[in-house]
Amino acid sequence: MRRSFYRLDRSGLSLILDQLKHRGYTVLGPKACGNALQWRPLDCLEDLPGGLSTLLAPAQYRLQTGSETCLFGNPGGLDSIKAILHPPRQTITTIRKAGDQLEISQETPPAAKLAFVGIQSCDLAAVAALDRVLLQNGEADEVYSANRANAFFLSVHCTQSGPTCFCASMGTGPRAKAGFDIALTERLEGEQPEYLAEAGSSLGAKVLEEAHALPAPPEWMRQSTEATQKAAEAQTRKVNRQAARAVIDSTFEHPRWEQTAKRCLSCGNCTSACPTCFCVNYEEQSSLDLASAQRVRLWDSCFTLSFSYIHGGSIRLTPKSRFRQWVSHKLARWQDQFGVTGCVGCGRCIVWCPAAIDITEEFAVLEQAAGSAVTAGGSPHGH
Amino acid sequence: MSSKSPHPRIAVFKFASCDGCQLSLLDLEEELLDVVGAVDLVYFPEASRRMAKGPYDIALVEGSITTHHDAEQIQHVRRQSKTLISIGACATAGGIQSLRNWQDVSEYVRTVYAKPDFISTLKMSTPVAEHVPVDLELRGCPIQKHQLLEVLSATLAGRKPNIPTGSVCLECKRQGTACVLVTAGMPCLGPVTQAGCGAICPAFDRPCYGCFGPMESANAPALAQRFRVLGLSQPEIERSFRTYNAWAWQFRRVSEGSAGAPAAGHEGRQP
Ligand code: SF4
Ligand code: SF4
Ligand code: SF4
Ligand code: SF4
Repeated sequence: MRRSFYRLDRSGLSLILDQLKHRGYTVLGPKACGNALQWRPLDCLEDLPGGLSTLLAPAQYRLQTGSETCLFGNPGGLDSIKAILHPPRQTITTIRKAGDQLEISQETPPAAKLAFVGIQSCDLAAVAALDRVLLQNGEADEVYSANRANAFFLSVHCTQSGPTCFCASMGTGPRAKAGFDIALTERLEGEQPEYLAEAGSSLGAKVLEEAHALPAPPEWMRQSTEATQKAAEAQTRKVNRQAARAVIDSTFEHPRWEQTAKRCLSCGNCTSACPTCFCVNYEEQSSLDLASAQRVRLWDSCFTLSFSYIHGGSIRLTPKSRFRQWVSHKLARWQDQFGVTGCVGCGRCIVWCPAAIDITEEFAVLEQAAGSAVTAGGSPHGH
Repeated sequence: MSSKSPHPRIAVFKFASCDGCQLSLLDLEEELLDVVGAVDLVYFPEASRRMAKGPYDIALVEGSITTHHDAEQIQHVRRQSKTLISIGACATAGGIQSLRNWQDVSEYVRTVYAKPDFISTLKMSTPVAEHVPVDLELRGCPIQKHQLLEVLSATLAGRKPNIPTGSVCLECKRQGTACVLVTAGMPCLGPVTQAGCGAICPAFDRPCYGCFGPMESANAPALAQRFRVLGLSQPEIERSFRTYNAWAWQFRRVSEGSAGAPAAGHEGRQP
């Protein structure tokens, strides 16, 4: 579709939220919860973290009061929507004894109507990646489908990059190219921010029309592109994604894996925080009186020993083999399996790793070891 | 199973401990009647005067082995029990009382007791598994009552109990708690501690203090190294690994200072 561009002020944006609620959406956005920004239902714009900023570094996250009035100025500082679309704990089946019959009920949630306000470009890419795994990879996952079905994405282009972001090199940001219904660019010129709103779907355009949004001045579009371009150039971390598969394949036995595994805690924070890690474990539970049983699905991680357990033992016994599994699945094996990269460059694994292990730093070492033969094909920024 | 009752015969034994773990059984409140309906609690001195003789289908063993009498008694318990489950940090790691393993116990005895000759004690407080084969361990100080319920339910259904052995962090992230180590620089033992508690401490803005003991592949020296970066002194680090599960070898690697010197390598890129 042809994209149309509108301008919104704060009250205009507020109207959009009302429109979405009116249409039956549960509106979710970043909210300060204790020490971090997390996805929560939004009542109004005041719930957004205006005036708060996140300081990000390996193994470090601080929520601070800043002076800025912008509502969406925290690239990389928000948890991922994976926990909403692909819940960490989900009862799948319940079985009850009724006389000598068994009553079996599938606990599929009803189709939700969720609107995500303030989702960033890397996370739109992460949803697209999860779609590949959970919707388009054979039979669709019922829980994910139900939560995902009517999702409305009111995304925000990043005009600043977080220090741990490397979406530019992964080709997933900081400007959202697709997957949104409306994409905003937050503009801070006067006292209050204003917004350039870009419709990405007919529903998005309709919502904007209904809020009586006015057309945007033509130079706003150019300025927006420049701002996201600048944000891309400011990123200091990167992964050469074109070379990633070849680098991983040729460094399987490199000593770096062992060295970093010595620092790795096998704690699984990286895979839990990652917006695309989808692995789950199933638990069978039963009641004491044996009258009912449940099958419960839980987020799992390739860092646990049970993850690779087959009859007789675990295949990945050493921390090294588990650490290598994670990095190589994210940067290489996903491409073989699902045709996209499993890493969208959001930097969450870097921030939330208690041991400050940095996937971009690991890759840089391996890339250098792999040598120029492997990397010749890719440009430094991977475009 | 007993010839009289179709229910498994369960016995609860206590060694050196505070009783907190066996009390979790009584603390099951809502489920207690179901428990009593499903199993035969034939030996549970804390709750009943009935003290039936073995053999037992399941023995729940609380407490660490600290006296010669304990050491004999646990052999007897093992011989009488088809399945032996040790419950709690005392039984699975030696408990807080294992702090004496680094001290001179005879000196304590001389200082504390008017007539030291009456005291017969072992030099060390040790976990049950150092004395007899153990079929399953339930961790925690105290144990999580739902884990106990899970073991009983699984036994009755003839299935494997779901007792995860990965990190507390996995539970913490599933709950959506913002990591206190990363957001507040707290020295959290979650990454090296076994899941099961439901990551309660971080949910209340406190670091995990490791009461569930080492997780399946605890890399305590690496976490100690992080604590150093967070600004903890060597004595502070050693103390944090020397609590309820002090005698677990994975934690001793740090608290005995064998991993005391800053490890080679680096801490990752800093801000
Ligand atoms: S691997 Fe790390 S940077 Fe890549 S998508 Fe996952 S959390 Fe983000
Ligand atoms: S990195 Fe590990 S947890 Fe994540 S998707 Fe791959 S195998 Fe699963
Ligand atoms: S890389 Fe970091 S977050 Fe991931 S398992 Fe290792 S220590 Fe934990
Ligand atoms: S708060 Fe503790 S238990 Fe939770 S993720 Fe952080 S280090 Fe792990």
